[in-house]
Amino acid sequence: MSSAAEAATTARTEPRVRTRKPLRKRLARIPFYLLIAAIFVYTVFPFIWAIRSSITPDGDLFSTPLQYFPSHPTLAHYREVLSSGEFQRALINSTIVAGTVTLISLALGSIASYALGRFRFRGRAFAMYLMLSMTIFPQIAILGALFTLINKFGLYNTLPALIFSDLILTLPFTVWVLTSFMAALPKDLEEAAYVDGATPFQVFYKVLLPLVAPGLVTTGLLAFITAWNEYLYALSFTQDPQHHTITVAITTFTSGKGNTFEQPWGQIMAATVVVTVPLIVLTLMLQRRILAGLTAGAVKG
Amino acid sequence: MAGLVGAVALVASLAAATVGNAKPTASPTVVKQSAAIGAPAVPNAAKLRAKYKGVQLTFVGDNAVGGSHVRDLALAKKFTHDTGIKIKVLPHPEKSDESYSQLARNFSSKSSAFDVVMMDVVWPGAFAPYLVDLKKSLGKQAKLHAQGIVANDTVGGKLIAMPWFGDFGILYYRTDLLKKYGYKSPPKTWTQLGTMAKKIQNGEKAANPNFAGFVYQGNSYEGLTCDSLEWIASVGGGHFIDGGKASINNAKAAAVLNLQRSWVGTIAPRGVTSYGEEEARIPFTNGNAAFMRNWPYAYSSGVAAGSKIKGKFSVTVLPHGPGASSVGTVGGWQLGVSKFSKHKPAAIEFVRYMTSPAVERFNAITNSNVPTIPSVAKDPAVRRTNPYLKPEIATVARVTRPSRFLKGHYNEGSKIIYQGINQILNGADAKSVLPGIQSRLNRLLK
Amino acid sequence: MSSTTEASSVARPRKRRRSNLQRKQTRLAWVLLLPALAAVGFVAFYPLGQTVYYSFTDQQFLAGIEPTKWVGLENYKDLIHDTLFRDAVVLTVKFTLITVFFEFLLGMIIALVVNSGFKGRGVMRAMMLVPWAIPTVVAAQMWKWMYNDIYGVVNDAGVRLHLLSHNVAWISQPNTALASVAAVDIWKTTPFVALLLLAGLQVIPTELYEAARVDGASAWQQFWRITLPLLRPAILVALIFRTLDALRVFDVFNVFFGNRPDTQTMAIFAQDTIVGTGDVGYGSAVCVAIFLIIGLFTVIYVTFMRVEQQ
Repeated sequence: MSSAAEAATTARTEPRVRTRKPLRKRLARIPFYLLIAAIFVYTVFPFIWAIRSSITPDGDLFSTPLQYFPSHPTLAHYREVLSSGEFQRALINSTIVAGTVTLISLALGSIASYALGRFRFRGRAFAMYLMLSMTIFPQIAILGALFTLINKFGLYNTLPALIFSDLILTLPFTVWVLTSFMAALPKDLEEAAYVDGATPFQVFYKVLLPLVAPGLVTTGLLAFITAWNEYLYALSFTQDPQHHTITVAITTFTSGKGNTFEQPWGQIMAATVVVTVPLIVLTLMLQRRILAGLTAGAVKG
Repeated sequence: MAGLVGAVALVASLAAATVGNAKPTASPTVVKQSAAIGAPAVPNAAKLRAKYKGVQLTFVGDNAVGGSHVRDLALAKKFTHDTGIKIKVLPHPEKSDESYSQLARNFSSKSSAFDVVMMDVVWPGAFAPYLVDLKKSLGKQAKLHAQGIVANDTVGGKLIAMPWFGDFGILYYRTDLLKKYGYKSPPKTWTQLGTMAKKIQNGEKAANPNFAGFVYQGNSYEGLTCDSLEWIASVGGGHFIDGGKASINNAKAAAVLNLQRSWVGTIAPRGVTSYGEEEARIPFTNGNAAFMRNWPYAYSSGVAAGSKIKGKFSVTVLPHGPGASSVGTVGGWQLGVSKFSKHKPAAIEFVRYMTSPAVERFNAITNSNVPTIPSVAKDPAVRRTNPYLKPEIATVARVTRPSRFLKGHYNEGSKIIYQGINQILNGADAKSVLPGIQSRLNRLLK
Repeated sequence: MSSTTEASSVARPRKRRRSNLQRKQTRLAWVLLLPALAAVGFVAFYPLGQTVYYSFTDQQFLAGIEPTKWVGLENYKDLIHDTLFRDAVVLTVKFTLITVFFEFLLGMIIALVVNSGFKGRGVMRAMMLVPWAIPTVVAAQMWKWMYNDIYGVVNDAGVRLHLLSHNVAWISQPNTALASVAAVDIWKTTPFVALLLLAGLQVIPTELYEAARVDGASAWQQFWRITLPLLRPAILVALIFRTLDALRVFDVFNVFFGNRPDTQTMAIFAQDTIVGTGDVGYGSAVCVAIFLIIGLFTVIYVTFMRVEQQ
């Protein structure tokens, strides 16, 4: 508690020390900054290129010499995408599927990780590997049988079909990541609570869960995006545009000219930007909460 | 967690605020044209109504989004209106692989869920055991269609599918560049194409380093089977498989393939061995290529407003070799009736309607679908909306890929072909690759 | 720990209660575990079981024409002698090693930067998720056109910046093909690794670094002695799941190369066998082989990491 306060004070006093750094040290940081810049360009440039493509009229998209910024920028692609009933529907569908998958994964996964990370019992390793093994098969392998199963339960062309199928993809790593977080917490953390007469559930909910908050947010984000981006099941288990998710909808954009070859790239890029920006905003909102949750936990400890 | 839920709610409410009832969207021109000429009336409507009124058919049709779906719905609606037979239009999956899988799964489980199905031109061979023989009922109507396609749809003597609409490969060329470099007409032979492309490319590259002489579909996929069939068949090298036996290993085929190989990196870009349809269309419509082989679909983007080559290009048949004639590989779609359908006679009547000259004309005018009936291709209204259907193109000999010989093994056989030819384009000698292709194809045909 | 010393010095009744407690704990653990296992197992059990079953038959994709026969281990015998599959395995493993290495390198750098007091980290934090957020099929197509040798921006920018002398056909040329597709995968999934490592970094108490700094440890020593060991669980998980995904890579290769024999990954080989050739029996055997190969990697990782710990 005092060390936390110490850490806080040293953090506060750090800036004052930083102002007088020798030139040698500052120059030594240049390769570091260059590396950061290179990584930043590598990561971000394709997305900037996507944004550029989304506001470029069709005729100029691939004309050479390349226009890094379109000479006649247009919002037509965004208009087409956002006014499309199918796209709006797909956005809702994707949100429902990804949101539900994430909530279920976190709920079931955190409970499972409590058991796997804090209890010692025979079959613990077996359970972890069993969970892992179910996610190892290539998607194409289980596609056919999964299709039969979904048909048998009358779930073909419904969103629950996608929710169940995506759980195979998200639950295993959610369990594994949260387990590693749970296992990393100090061993006698629950002792004090048990002595006070807490039930296992209270220990889980009040003591452990807040401390693995960064893990929860991380796996939640990754699970959401995994389900959001899933393509093969979404394509195979839905029949009509009413049940398409965003990934399928984007790839079914047609130029309206009645052929299957032409890809309306401007629209596809606009759609990609539209579905990506909320995810970025979501991340920003949640990342701040990670840090808030963390400092709260440290003070309580 | 509250943040996540909040964001979800925000997106959902945003979307809900603007959602309509997901009506299929199509470009305004398509809707206008559909309205301008209505779906044709059903001949024999009264007789059909008397026999089959109330029957419900499921038709696995074209893509869910766009003009194709609008067309399917319009035709289904008219058919129901005239005959009382209800048609449920089920759009097939966008991706070809997935569409094939959907039908395969349906037939494998002997399901009666689909009555009439839309099939790619290379699938009838594989699905033949599951389809009804239409020779007795629709054989006469089949005579109206291009015979090359009908032959493709006849497996083991049975007519198991009717041609519906058909693409085929054509040559696009830059009229302004031909004029600039002193050529009066497009190339008639492959050698001429090579010479012209080289001269034009050398001239243009000075000002435009991204210019290429000739672009086509060279990636290791089904499209290459189409392109290479044109090369080989147009020089008298056969059709990969003729009369039930692999015929690809011959001198003429080797010669034309080696010629194409010599062009990669010289008059065709080095990257052409990874090009699909779009990778070829994009440079051409942006003015960076002199010649292109592609399906007719590329024509409309060339004449669209804002196109860099508007008014500067035209189309013709692909070149041929000495002593042989030009050809075009058939792409396109067929209609078949499932053997497991509970309403086969009614389904056959629906196919009869859909593949009639009147409906093909409707498709061609409203949705630019290339008709498989040559007489329809000559119709002035059709030619107006599909200007590439010039006489010499409309009557070009159409060649089909060997699906009726390979049947269920078509995918495997096509893979052997396009993988081998892709290797040749990437530098291998055709004379050393073709024997291997031939023997492996023969093994499949056994 | 104190409870065990207590227990050993007391008579039998305590011991019985302790084993009761342990049994209660075990039961509770399984109860907690069951929902997650059931959710995945229920959906996965039947398909996985069917795949294994099919691998012992000659099941066809277009079924119903000929009856399916049991063929025992024949599919597996053929698989061992299949040079195409062997090539696919080699290629996929090569791809996996390259991409996982770079993803960890870049992921670690990004995680460290975002976790530090570095000024630009807010922006970095938001942008680092972007590649992971774009649907794979769209990203693959986008990169394919960025690499194009006529209208691609990679060539255009490269030539403009004088990094390239002329346009390169990145995808077609065999010597740049693997690198070009690896660059896409690294771009796409580094965020996954970075995010996991970042979460791991954030639970390391800052007091440890403070104490180390007071003791005079350099930044590098702090990284090596404090960060890496405490990050081990996060690294292990990230390593396993990244490798798992890399070994099953499909989309990018399919979009870039179609069905080229020299760039067939294991997953493409499996898909091609099941849907293309239509040989579900053999394809299922391939999938089981892929499963075993991935399992092998997992065992290696876990063993290696556990040995280090001791």
